[in-house]
Amino acid sequence: MRRIRKWGPGLLLISPSLVLLAVFVYGFLGWNFQISLTDWQSLMPVYSTTGFDNYSNLVADDTWWRDVNHLVIYTVVFVVGALIVGFVLALLMEKGVWGEGVLKSVYLFPMAMSFIATAIVWRWLMDNGTGDNTAGLNKLLGSVGLSFLKGDWHKSDSEFAIAAVAIPAGWALSGYIMALFLAGMRGVPDELREAARVDGATERQVFWHVVRPLLWPATMSATVILVHISMKTFDLLYAINPKDASIETPALYMYRSMGGYLYARGATIATILVIAMAVIIVPYIWYTMRSERRS
Amino acid sequence: MTVKKTKGLNQGSTGMRVFRYAVLLIFVLLFLMPIYVVVVTSLKAPDEVSVPGMWELPTSLSFANFGDALGKPEIYNGLVNSVIVALISSVVSSLMGASNGFVLSKWRFPGANVVFSLMLFGMFIPYQAVLIPMTQFMTNTGLMGGGEPTGGLAALIIAHIVYGLPITTLIFRGYYAGVPDTIFESARVDGAGMLRSFWSIGLPLALPAFAVSIIWQFTSAWNDFLFGVVMTTNNTSWPVTIGLNNIAGAQTVPFGETMAAALIASLPTLLVYIILGRFFMRGLMAGALKG
Repeated sequence: MRRIRKWGPGLLLISPSLVLLAVFVYGFLGWNFQISLTDWQSLMPVYSTTGFDNYSNLVADDTWWRDVNHLVIYTVVFVVGALIVGFVLALLMEKGVWGEGVLKSVYLFPMAMSFIATAIVWRWLMDNGTGDNTAGLNKLLGSVGLSFLKGDWHKSDSEFAIAAVAIPAGWALSGYIMALFLAGMRGVPDELREAARVDGATERQVFWHVVRPLLWPATMSATVILVHISMKTFDLLYAINPKDASIETPALYMYRSMGGYLYARGATIATILVIAMAVIIVPYIWYTMRSERRS
Repeated sequence: MTVKKTKGLNQGSTGMRVFRYAVLLIFVLLFLMPIYVVVVTSLKAPDEVSVPGMWELPTSLSFANFGDALGKPEIYNGLVNSVIVALISSVVSSLMGASNGFVLSKWRFPGANVVFSLMLFGMFIPYQAVLIPMTQFMTNTGLMGGGEPTGGLAALIIAHIVYGLPITTLIFRGYYAGVPDTIFESARVDGAGMLRSFWSIGLPLALPAFAVSIIWQFTSAWNDFLFGVVMTTNNTSWPVTIGLNNIAGAQTVPFGETMAAALIASLPTLLVYIILGRFFMRGLMAGALKG
């Protein structure tokens, strides 16, 4: 009884959120899984189970594997690219630079823009043309003497198309990664650096032996966030071209299935996306909660 | 003898410094390049706009593209709808996040960490995983599109409130963790209950966290596309991202007008970012947990 008096009001205060999350997150995840076990392919819901047929159909589906392949390429280019650019920018700014505030603002502003606006602008930039109609990036590359970099970008008929659409994604998020790394680097206590310097370490050695090992949490956060964004990216690809098979990923295949009332297949793809995400996110949350308890 | 290096702008050789600024400047140009195209194109007179000439400066300034873009119901209604959705959902989910953050930090019950972890996981779920149940639920409750008087905006607001809760809770929990327990303990000694100390002390104290949370939520609701595209039905109820995507996809809409529309649709979040960048940044950092 005393426990109820003690914890009751607090639980009451957060109960609306708990109910909403229980229904809209966990309830819906379960509901979605249930749909993935049915044969629902029309406007009217069907709830008779067909077991894991949808999963085995998906495993046998070439479109699914093509999209998975696209997602892997997109993820690698986007995540590695944003990590490298973000890390390099943070490294260059670490010791403080003239106009730091302005630089940071410029690198970070794409985060504030919607992926739709980003996609529309980049679609035009990457829109190649030929001869007199050459435009966008290709024209720019030509005029600065980098003609060999010209390409078909997202219109390429090879897997380069999906790699090209990772560029706008990297443009949007590299600044964020820069901010994460910069915070990580500056979070290293000065005493540690000083101690190493007193011991005769060069600045390079200080970075490698003192700062670098302490950047592991920032690197992990950055990677987890980027991979998570990559897996669910929908709007960017959809706005660049909703019908182009060469830039389709499972997130778009799911949406396309839903649009065609193939709800069972859509739910199956969605369930697989959740499981893939959980594999990355759950250890991350566990690690974060554990390190929080320690401190 | 050890020479203590001065920490600051003068570190490294001159060559190194030139290299550093050169690289940083190249990235500034790369990051601003798309914005340059959007701005110069939208400021050209409509008959001056051409795709091959997108890098050229306008010969004279014209705001006709902006007028044309705003004249489109997709953009005009879209702006109004997005303001309604983003404002309501960001305020409500911030208030709920404040309650959650306070309880999970200052009035911890047994199992509070488990609850918090479950909320965090909710932050990372791909929304595709709840899309089908969500459309079913909203259809069954009559909140989605079609016959519903708001054309689906009500459903959209609810979705943004609910899926905003994990991040707003995280922001407020982090904020309250930095507030000394003694403040609330002395209130407790004075006989204040949980609700009383939340209402009279916790809420007013958390104004900076509200700024972070509302800005962050406003931006993500404004920039959303996925929920909007499944839950709203036509150009009277579309949020601006859907309207923008639809006019940009139409062959009949001129390039200059599309660019102007993209700029208009990005302006509110860009302004928030420019004016309140500090709070925007803190929201960003909260999204990365503690690291």
